[in-house]
Amino acid sequence: MIVSCLRALLSHWRRNPVQLFAYLAGLALATALWSGVQAINAEARASYDAAATTLGEGQYDLLIPWQGDRIPLDDYISLRRSGWLVSPVIVGRLDDIQLVGIDLVTSATGLGTGNVTSVPLALASETLLANEDTAQKLGPLVNVTVDASIAPGMAVGDIGLVQRLLGRDDLSHLVLLPDQSLGQPDLSVIVPSLRIQRAQQVTSISQLTNSFHLNLTAFGLLSFAVGLFIVHSTIGLAFEQRRGMIRTLRSLGVPLRILLTLIAIEMLTLAAIGAGFGIVLGYLIAAFLLPDVAATLRGLYGAEISGTLELRASWWVSGLLLALVGTAAALSSRIWQIAKMPLLASVRPRAWVIATASRFRLQSIIAVSLLSATILLGLFVKGLVAGFALLGCLLIGAALALPALAASILTLLQRYTTAPVWTWFWADTRQQLPGLSLALMALLLAVSANIGVSTMVSSFRLTFVSFLDQRLAPELFVQVETKDQSIALAAFLDLRKIEVLPLSKTQVSITNKPVALYGVRVGPTYRNNWVFLDETDGAWDLVAHDTAVVVNEQLARRAGIWVDDLVQVAPDLALPIAAVVGDYGNPQGQVIVSENLFQNLHPDLYPSQFGIRTTEAPALRAQLVNTADIDNNAIIDQASIKALSLEVFERTFVVTAALNILTLGVASFAILMSLLTLADLRVPQLAPVWALGLTRQRLGWLELLRAVLLAAIVVVCAIPLGLTLAWVLLTIINVEAFGWQLPMYLFPLEYVQLGGFALVAAFLAAMWPAIRLMRTPPSSLLRVFASER
Amino acid sequence: MVLKFEAVHKSFRDSEGTVPVLRGISFDLEAGQTLALTGESGSGKSTLLHIAGALEAADAGRVWVAGQELTQLNDSGRAALRRTDIALVFQQFNLIPSLTVAANISFQSALSGQVDQTHVEQVVDALGLSDQMKKYPEALSGGQQQRVAIARAIAAKPKLMLADEPTGNLDEGTAEDVLEQMLKLVAQTGAALMVVTHSTNIAARMDRRLQLRSGLLV
Repeated sequence: MIVSCLRALLSHWRRNPVQLFAYLAGLALATALWSGVQAINAEARASYDAAATTLGEGQYDLLIPWQGDRIPLDDYISLRRSGWLVSPVIVGRLDDIQLVGIDLVTSATGLGTGNVTSVPLALASETLLANEDTAQKLGPLVNVTVDASIAPGMAVGDIGLVQRLLGRDDLSHLVLLPDQSLGQPDLSVIVPSLRIQRAQQVTSISQLTNSFHLNLTAFGLLSFAVGLFIVHSTIGLAFEQRRGMIRTLRSLGVPLRILLTLIAIEMLTLAAIGAGFGIVLGYLIAAFLLPDVAATLRGLYGAEISGTLELRASWWVSGLLLALVGTAAALSSRIWQIAKMPLLASVRPRAWVIATASRFRLQSIIAVSLLSATILLGLFVKGLVAGFALLGCLLIGAALALPALAASILTLLQRYTTAPVWTWFWADTRQQLPGLSLALMALLLAVSANIGVSTMVSSFRLTFVSFLDQRLAPELFVQVETKDQSIALAAFLDLRKIEVLPLSKTQVSITNKPVALYGVRVGPTYRNNWVFLDETDGAWDLVAHDTAVVVNEQLARRAGIWVDDLVQVAPDLALPIAAVVGDYGNPQGQVIVSENLFQNLHPDLYPSQFGIRTTEAPALRAQLVNTADIDNNAIIDQASIKALSLEVFERTFVVTAALNILTLGVASFAILMSLLTLADLRVPQLAPVWALGLTRQRLGWLELLRAVLLAAIVVVCAIPLGLTLAWVLLTIINVEAFGWQLPMYLFPLEYVQLGGFALVAAFLAAMWPAIRLMRTPPSSLLRVFASER
Repeated sequence: MVLKFEAVHKSFRDSEGTVPVLRGISFDLEAGQTLALTGESGSGKSTLLHIAGALEAADAGRVWVAGQELTQLNDSGRAALRRTDIALVFQQFNLIPSLTVAANISFQSALSGQVDQTHVEQVVDALGLSDQMKKYPEALSGGQQQRVAIARAIAAKPKLMLADEPTGNLDEGTAEDVLEQMLKLVAQTGAALMVVTHSTNIAARMDRRLQLRSGLLV
């Protein structure tokens, strides 16, 4: 019995291959984007973990210089002689590869490599340890032993070897080993140029990049939801079309429980197959996007991630499970319907094609509830998770409200139409809404997500360009390595009577978080170019008089401080905030004081960067190189640094743009599948109109027009929804995730263009079913009138 | 005794309250007998047939099919009885559109695990369906579809065959032809046949006739 029953159930798909394709493709697309994003996230996180292990990040307190990133070897020797247990580490770049040199004799156990046993071998044989990719790049330069646990883009070796490879004789930092003996002299006496960075104060790369990965996950989830709309829609149609078969099977003696079990097994098996395709597709998408994601993470956070993708169980199992759970959720209501369906229920496909007021009413009630929840969440709940919950309520609520809204618009249009064909057209379009509503909801989500995200990105771009103009006002920037260089350059520039902006920098700890402290020379450039988010009167004057500071938005929001609040700049000095400045693309908190105050607080430090205002940048650059003995590579002009910053910015959103396009593609596919699966049900509805005198060609064109008109309604609804989405992203999600708020700009031309794409997508999706209708033989239409149909 | 009704009552609820459909129906049907059940629309004919077919349960009274009392059976038991001892032929044919004619005909016997291929072939030949076996139901005429439905019923070797307006969708000539073949095959298998019909012609061809009026046998 089970085999016969299964054969009958499966025969439905054989006879309806388009429906089977829609089901499998919906699941594959839903799983693909989700799995792809998860694969990227998993790869990145594995890389962060490997990097943290390789560098011993966050495990031990470190000694680092107050300024710069180099420690003289003498400092290390002094510390050892005075009884401090420290281990030297050198970190530097050799082309694209980060070399880490450790001293195994003094190194803490496990530091430097996940595979401790192989370290002596590496040291003895003067080889580096690296993963396979990195080993290949290093191959010609040095002996390399492959160790898969080493982070991508990194190589670990004996400190002497690494120093030779880097051409350096100094160190990068010293690891303060646990269990120090008592009674050593104070560190500040032995090495005044060094300070302790506590292990817990290190902001790990994985923490910094959390919000980036969360955004990717949100996109993956959106695509998954759109894909599930297709699945839900297909399951609905498949069940509606099989009502007759189910009734027959039951009347022929198949017990209800067995029938339901077989249907569940059948649908979930197919779902697993679809999800399997999706996982393969997701792997390909992830492999395609990974280089751009890697570039984004490197540009934004300096994080290296592997360029090759591994098939990790964590993402493909989660993709498979999510697909099965999503399918089971879509299936459960249909299974429930069958369980409750009287054995002799009418076999006419009804609910799927006939609009039921009760269904729309229920959807509308849920929509209103979700939209109310959106407002409440916006008003009363804080945090990133609450922000995403708000987004979820907004998008799902709006999607559920769409069919009722579209039905109202169509009713209105019908009311103002007198021509009989158009009256029928509007009424018939309204009748199609239940069948098409899921696809239309998917399109609404995709278009509004596109509008929202593109508004956010374009607003960000405008703000960022203006921000670069403010911050990169000097025509030349010069970086110096030593105090002598700094003094000499300052003297050289003083002679030229031009505005010079020396910049001193060090790391301090404020509210137990690492913060960059900058010393600046307050002058016309700062006064004229910097735009504050909020300020007191005469903010720069207060800074210049050492009576106030400027902080960036990230620090202000993270620490919950604003203008006039006090900031503990040093243990015995708290200054009020004169202004808060927007600082886009930087995850770290910043405090800006005058150069005098900075010198008083840190007398041993010197300006390491100089901004120079000049109308003759090329000539001055030549003088700096030839006369002031500055390396040409240490000078960068305004145009180059702006171009570099913009390139990093654009690459950051390559992934977002790709996901945007993919989501829109999935939504178009949803429309195509809905129209194709509805096509057979349409014949009995169209045959009478054909019989009354409308040609098949005209009916086909009307079908096309219908799809485009419904898409137009969706686009009209998507614009306010997308703008609301952008507002939420800019004012809630961005602030929670990155710590800065962006102004929102509108881009009407972009919206018109996007709306045009959506209409073209709907037109293309409707073309195949319309052509099929135009070519439907009259005999098929006539059969509708035959009693035996 | 293949079918026995004893004081069977059935009523339905609608917006105006409870509507009695069957009011104390009693009758029986022997193996090999044919019975026509006639009556006006709404007199309860189809309800009686559905109760006999274990598709619906009576509110009161007792019903036996092939020696088993339906009120003693749960859903699984009733389903098993439908698979093995009962065959149904409906006005709307109720074929499975995604299965071929051949698969449809052997479907019920396959469900009960008792496919007798020789018997199936005899039935197919007798109904003139040999050339249609690879087709799907949608490619057949109404008469041919009803022949497939009858073939499916006979192929399952039921003890009780129930037909609800089996020729209601067919023209007069085809209806006569289909009825003739159905009666012949039923006679060959020795099954009992109960036909619900409006047609006096069909009723006249049965061994016995019962008429329902307002839920009562008259």
